[in-house]
Amino acid sequence: MATQHSRSAARWMIAPAVFVLLVWMLIPLCMTLYFSFADYRPMRATFEPWIGFDNYVSFLTSSSFLDSVVTTLQMVGGILCITIVGGVLMALLLDKPMFGQGVVRILVIAPFFVMPTVSALVWKNMFFNVDNGLFSYAYSALGLQPFDFLSQAPLFSIIVIVAWQWLPFATLILLTAVQSLDSEQLEAAEMDGAPALSRFRYIILPHLSRAITVVILIQTIFLLSIFAEIFVTTNGAFGTRTLTYLVYQRVLESQNIGLGSAGGIIAVILANIVAIFLMRIVGKNLD
Amino acid sequence: MARAVSTQKKVMWTALAWAFGLLLFFPILWTFLTSFKSEATAIADPPVWFFFDWTLENYTAVQERSNYPLALTNSIIIAVGSTLLGILIAVPAAWAMAFVPGKRTKDVLLWMLSTKMLPAVGVLYPLVLLAKWLGVLDSRILLIVVLMLINLPIIVWMLYTYFREIPGEILEAARMDGASLRNEIIYVLTPMAVPGIASTILLNIILAWNEAFWTILLTTVDAAPLTKFIASYSSPEGLFYAKLSAASMLAIAPILVMGWFSQKQLVRGLTFGAVK
Amino acid sequence: MGRITLEKVQKKFGDVEVIPPLDLEIDDGEFVVFVGPSGCGKSTLLRLIAGLEDVSAGEIRIDGQPATDKPPAKRGLAMVFQSYALYPHMSVRKNIAFPMKMAGMDQEEQDRRIAKAAQALNLTDYLDRRPGQLSGGQRQRVAIGRAIVREPAAFLFDEPLSNLDAALRVGMRLEISELHNTLETTMIYVTHDQVEAMTMADKIVVLRAGVIEQVGSPLELYREPRNVFVAGFIGSPKMNLITGPSAGQHGAQTIGIRPEHLDVVPSGGTFTGTVGVAEHLGSDTFFHVHVDGLEEPMTVRADGEVSLHHGDTIHLEPQPDKIHRFDADGLRMA
Repeated sequence: MATQHSRSAARWMIAPAVFVLLVWMLIPLCMTLYFSFADYRPMRATFEPWIGFDNYVSFLTSSSFLDSVVTTLQMVGGILCITIVGGVLMALLLDKPMFGQGVVRILVIAPFFVMPTVSALVWKNMFFNVDNGLFSYAYSALGLQPFDFLSQAPLFSIIVIVAWQWLPFATLILLTAVQSLDSEQLEAAEMDGAPALSRFRYIILPHLSRAITVVILIQTIFLLSIFAEIFVTTNGAFGTRTLTYLVYQRVLESQNIGLGSAGGIIAVILANIVAIFLMRIVGKNLD
Repeated sequence: MARAVSTQKKVMWTALAWAFGLLLFFPILWTFLTSFKSEATAIADPPVWFFFDWTLENYTAVQERSNYPLALTNSIIIAVGSTLLGILIAVPAAWAMAFVPGKRTKDVLLWMLSTKMLPAVGVLYPLVLLAKWLGVLDSRILLIVVLMLINLPIIVWMLYTYFREIPGEILEAARMDGASLRNEIIYVLTPMAVPGIASTILLNIILAWNEAFWTILLTTVDAAPLTKFIASYSSPEGLFYAKLSAASMLAIAPILVMGWFSQKQLVRGLTFGAVK
Repeated sequence: MGRITLEKVQKKFGDVEVIPPLDLEIDDGEFVVFVGPSGCGKSTLLRLIAGLEDVSAGEIRIDGQPATDKPPAKRGLAMVFQSYALYPHMSVRKNIAFPMKMAGMDQEEQDRRIAKAAQALNLTDYLDRRPGQLSGGQRQRVAIGRAIVREPAAFLFDEPLSNLDAALRVGMRLEISELHNTLETTMIYVTHDQVEAMTMADKIVVLRAGVIEQVGSPLELYREPRNVFVAGFIGSPKMNLITGPSAGQHGAQTIGIRPEHLDVVPSGGTFTGTVGVAEHLGSDTFFHVHVDGLEEPMTVRADGEVSLHHGDTIHLEPQPDKIHRFDADGLRMA
């Protein structure tokens, strides 16, 4: 169907998109790569273009790097656990026959559309605040000592905020997957005498496994670059400094560009490892 | 066949689902209620629910803050601008990939998606440097371009999946019916593509509106959108819960409405077709 | 007028020759059916005629005029697609009007033709609906309506009934045949279903792997299949094809006997076997008989009143003048 003529026209139509993305990827990334081998600290007017792998060595061996990796893993892992388990349960619940299903869906999906800075601030002040937050009222109403979430359990607090934002995403995608399950399969299992729990274990869960994998991969990629929620709540203090945040601080706060760039490259490499798995799944589904 | 479900069971599921739905929605509801309270009522102990003197004073107060109108304007310009610019670049590309697929189409598409997965911090400093060098730091145009670039892969992807759903037989039918290429595009292709383009625009405005890395780090005042404006509330200034709530509601309300309309596109746009 | 001539028409996809050079003559007003198993090139051949695919070599003429290089829009043909290919964003009325609008026909004439087509196809009540609101059969009618208003030189149908359920298919089959009787326009119809081919066609073109195996009227194909492939493809239930000593007795490599040309006799007979499955249709009964010495069971079409059951012994005698003989190349022997 496609002639030679339409082929070359097609190439011209794709060219602008490819070009801008190529520029966007290559130029800044090459600059980061370049800086990562330099001792560049503008505040002290230091610029030495080649110091080998020193930045990488000092970034990787610093305790803050290891801490940040641990923090990142805890944060991402915690959020993933909550959103996947919660998402599967919510998806199964929303798939049940009920009144006002559309409205419930809207209520559940809403948090995803809340601006990250808004949700961070609302949770920080109106829920977690030790003096005036709702949780403190609830604690004192139950006769307990109010708990200062953000200073005593900062990592947990941020996990709650972000999980609240991403639970709708997981729910929505898993609900799509649940609804694509052939009901005859479930009925066949019922005829075969499988109780509800076994049907979940042997039919629903395997059917959802693909969707769960996709949710995990996509969320991981987005969650690795959580920024606003930390920026607004703890500013990286109290053990909430993730790798992303550490690089941000090295680059923009302490203005150690060389060190920060080395950290940036490491972050890119780590994200790419996750991305490869995601791209495989997407690629398989493309045809 | 769906089985008839007893009303009793249905009521039970309804109660359970509504309970969880309201629980998840509660922070937004609470923000909404607080935005109509006076500052004193907002921190009352015990908390006040529905029965208080509803007031609009917080909304007025927020509007009067010097930078709110500017932030709102910036948000609109940046979100809409970056989306439209992205659409302009993406429509021809997605069109060509969907209707004249070549051997490498799939690779190009996947490569585009992979750029979306590049962590922002990896290119943070060079971008700040380039922006300074070009003199566009804290400008709307910078954010329009940057947000366009980070969302372009999603725009291309969504359009591609929509265009691909247009069956080839319909285009052949138009050709058999005597339509010239021009008429084929005007009467058949465009009307069938418009819904897809519209939902792509909707979802990308939402994504751009809520973007909170580049908008915070690349702006100071002049180009600061609502994300940054709200972040400025993080340093408390006396009693401010009610005003914070009002500002928050103003920032999220339009997007919530748009979001509810684009639920279905969300799955398509953010999973890259990996979940159907 | 709709006389279509194909001369040495060939189609290659890359290096793969899907249709080796072939000649075909379709007369004005004829109802021609291209039939063959899936992948035999029948749809490709239709699309070559339509102009949706470019021929690799050879020439197509419509009413004597060369059409090989004309775009589909200029060939004066109308096509009904397997998926109907209705424009989902247009009402039924606009769908039907589309080709006339493209031709720049004046509004009055358009309305007149739409009304006429809608009445002929029972669509008058549905003109303002969208295709999405119609049933499969109605969509099919709209697709036909869109084709007839153009008053084309010929209609092309690409497996138009395969998306309909069995009952509707029989009804639509009749409607299309009736349409052909009324319009007396050339129709080219592609199907893999030999029943559709037999019931509708003036002329059947049997294709296999891009090659025309036989061209003829349904009865010619039934009575004198040119080779084993056509013999096996045309007719339902399928012809019994027998090789080995039984065929040797007739001096042939293969002999073919249609199920309806085998008589059940009380004793003796050329073939003796046991009844496997018996399918009682009321008017007829089909017996699947396991005959000693033959690998495949034979199918016999008997009167509906014959009562034999699974496991019974049956004696069969072919009608002598209805035995088809084929040589080692599978070709019919005189």
